[in-house]
Amino acid sequence: MARIEVLKTYKIYIGGAFPRTESGRYYPLHDQAGKLIANVCLSSRKDFRNAVVSARGAFGGWSSRAAFNRSQILYRIAEMLESRKAQFIQELIQQGSTPKAAETEVNLSVDRLVYYAGWCDKYQQVFSAVNPVATAHFNFSVPEPMGVVSIIAAQETGLISLINAVASVIAGGNTCVVLASESKPLCAVTFAEVLNSSDVPGGVVNILTGKVSELYTHFANHMDVNATVYYGADDNVIKTIQELATLNVKRVFIHNEGNGSSVDAQIPYHILDTQEIKTTWHPIENIGASGGKY
Amino acid sequence: MAKKTTPQLDFNSSWNYAPAPEDTKHINLKKQYELFIDGKFVKPAKGKYFETINPANEEVLAKVAEADETDVNKAVKAARNAYNNVWSKMPAAERGKYIYRIARLMQERAREFAVIETLDGGKPIRESRDIDVPLAANHFFYYAGWADKLAYAFPNRKPQALGVAGQIIPWNFPLLMAAWKIAPALACGNTVVLKPAETTPLTALKLAEIIQESGLPNGVVNIVTGAGKTGAAIVNHPDIDKIAFTGSTDVGKIIQKSIAGTNKKLTLELGGKAAHIIFEDAPIDQAVEGIVNGIFFNQGHVCCAGSRLFVQEGVADMVIRKLKDRLETLIVGDPLDKNTDIGAINSKGQLETIHKYLKIGKEEGADMYQSNCSIPKKGYFCRPTLFLNTSQSHRIVQEEIFGPVLTIQTFRTVEEVIEKANNIPYGLSAGVWTDKGSKIFNLTTKLRAGVVWANTYNKFDPTSPFGGYKESGFGREGGMHGLSAYLKF
Repeated sequence: MARIEVLKTYKIYIGGAFPRTESGRYYPLHDQAGKLIANVCLSSRKDFRNAVVSARGAFGGWSSRAAFNRSQILYRIAEMLESRKAQFIQELIQQGSTPKAAETEVNLSVDRLVYYAGWCDKYQQVFSAVNPVATAHFNFSVPEPMGVVSIIAAQETGLISLINAVASVIAGGNTCVVLASESKPLCAVTFAEVLNSSDVPGGVVNILTGKVSELYTHFANHMDVNATVYYGADDNVIKTIQELATLNVKRVFIHNEGNGSSVDAQIPYHILDTQEIKTTWHPIENIGASGGKY
Repeated sequence: MAKKTTPQLDFNSSWNYAPAPEDTKHINLKKQYELFIDGKFVKPAKGKYFETINPANEEVLAKVAEADETDVNKAVKAARNAYNNVWSKMPAAERGKYIYRIARLMQERAREFAVIETLDGGKPIRESRDIDVPLAANHFFYYAGWADKLAYAFPNRKPQALGVAGQIIPWNFPLLMAAWKIAPALACGNTVVLKPAETTPLTALKLAEIIQESGLPNGVVNIVTGAGKTGAAIVNHPDIDKIAFTGSTDVGKIIQKSIAGTNKKLTLELGGKAAHIIFEDAPIDQAVEGIVNGIFFNQGHVCCAGSRLFVQEGVADMVIRKLKDRLETLIVGDPLDKNTDIGAINSKGQLETIHKYLKIGKEEGADMYQSNCSIPKKGYFCRPTLFLNTSQSHRIVQEEIFGPVLTIQTFRTVEEVIEKANNIPYGLSAGVWTDKGSKIFNLTTKLRAGVVWANTYNKFDPTSPFGGYKESGFGREGGMHGLSAYLKF
């Protein structure tokens, strides 16, 4: 008798743990032949709120880590992803990709992580300024992470869109809650396992699966979320997100063309999107300056 | 220990200064002001006018046109036309030269601007003369130079103008805010429709005269006066590419909501409730000066005012005693007098708001302390006010008052004060006083605010980006970072 395969339960990822959705609801995911692949969690508002609590809790630690250390951790994610390449390729094929497209997507995803890993300790230098004020002050402006970012990843692809959306946000020291592609959620959950074994502190990235239509309003109106990033082109969703964001003057970033899979999509200005600029002033004592030989 | 042997300071008796009023004869003020559209001063479509008064004596200064939708539409058309046919085609270096001209003309007429700013808004002449007007001119000067150098600010990108910018500014720094808005917009190649606040339209209209004088092509800058409705007409106009707003968080949220679903770009510079933190190891006398400057500068009508004071317990009594003494020396009165420290509250409405909060503070159980100074019988004035024994949950601690009112809390540890300072929806600015460098950097990195002053307060410069975190808005004004608000890539 053939061996009975052990099937994987696809769960969500909150605070470094893998709970099932509190809602107890799921949606069946089929392959192209109509065979059931998995029952996927239909995350609820409560799951989202729990994820925000985790993300907020992780923000202080993640944002105050040395940039160099964040860089190493992002590189570590890339290493872990590379080492599980075969599994991701297989999942992408299960969800309808050709083998070639699947391999390209996974390669691109690993490279995208390496790209942003490199930026972790460099974008500050590119986007900072020492400002030559006219008074006797030392004045400088530096980017700082916004805080908790809610992300709705692009629907068309299962892995690169998620990684592209998350990498630039966490490279900048933010924490996030991301909603995976509804039709291609498998890699998102498997990617959570990669994160979980890559020294990424729990809560820095929280991954939910489910329906955009059920969750996007919560992503936009939560009072403890600082910014919302939406990858998609639904005008009604965009308008509603922008309206709800006003409750706490959330920053909103819309990417309505491209899903992040092109190489052009990688750019340090995406890190800058979810950064605030902080300017610090301090007086300069002026003793001995005029005519002084120093 | 001897108790209360020090006599109370009394600056009202033997310390009277002779009046030193600034001359107003040299200024040129018309009885009636029209809208500035397409390079000309034109009457409003409906022929409606409103009065702008001097808040220090309640006398009418001039009648000012009220723009409605038709007028705003006309202004936007002029701006679009100027953008398409002139401004976007002009070499960037030439664009810059026009902005330099505006800066120079403003410097030449600086004193006139200062006097009118003080007459219309109530701020002390010393501030309008030494801060508002020079900073406004310098802002034009700074951004003029950026016009042909934009590519250097954005590595690997191609910056392009947005088109027509709609800009709405508040009454606390009328000319300076106009400069903050217009200068970067023009330098980045945009054309502008600007609406000054209804209580302080005059210096913006004087700026329109300078713009006319500078030969700036018609329609590049249009200035439409009016109140909220005029502002709404700008925000909702379909042919505007960018809205820049400075004002209250409430109105900012309405604007953010009204442009949802459009392609308009937005920057918001909204309210604040800054924590001003004094540590035991601070230079106390300097810190007291900093506290005074932080909250009483411009009558406290400052979005980044240091309105929440946190004093470490060990020095709290001393700081509060010195602060009370210093309060007694502050001169409240005629804004045109060069000795005046605190001028007139900008409007009757704002004075009522402040009084409402004074009442709320007392009802919440905080102890109110006001200086004993005399205030003029006519006009809108408010004594500098401290609230002691306040707590984090008090409305006077959580809400922006926008007046000369300081709430005082004490703290013991660094962790405690960071937590309290950040526990508020606002995040515009903060202040820290300590002589210990490592403590400064600990605080300045952990305070969630866009501008942090360490051992100083309320300093501004054209090269220095300004803007908030959280509900204090988004986007930056000033400096290299202020450019991206007016560009696309």
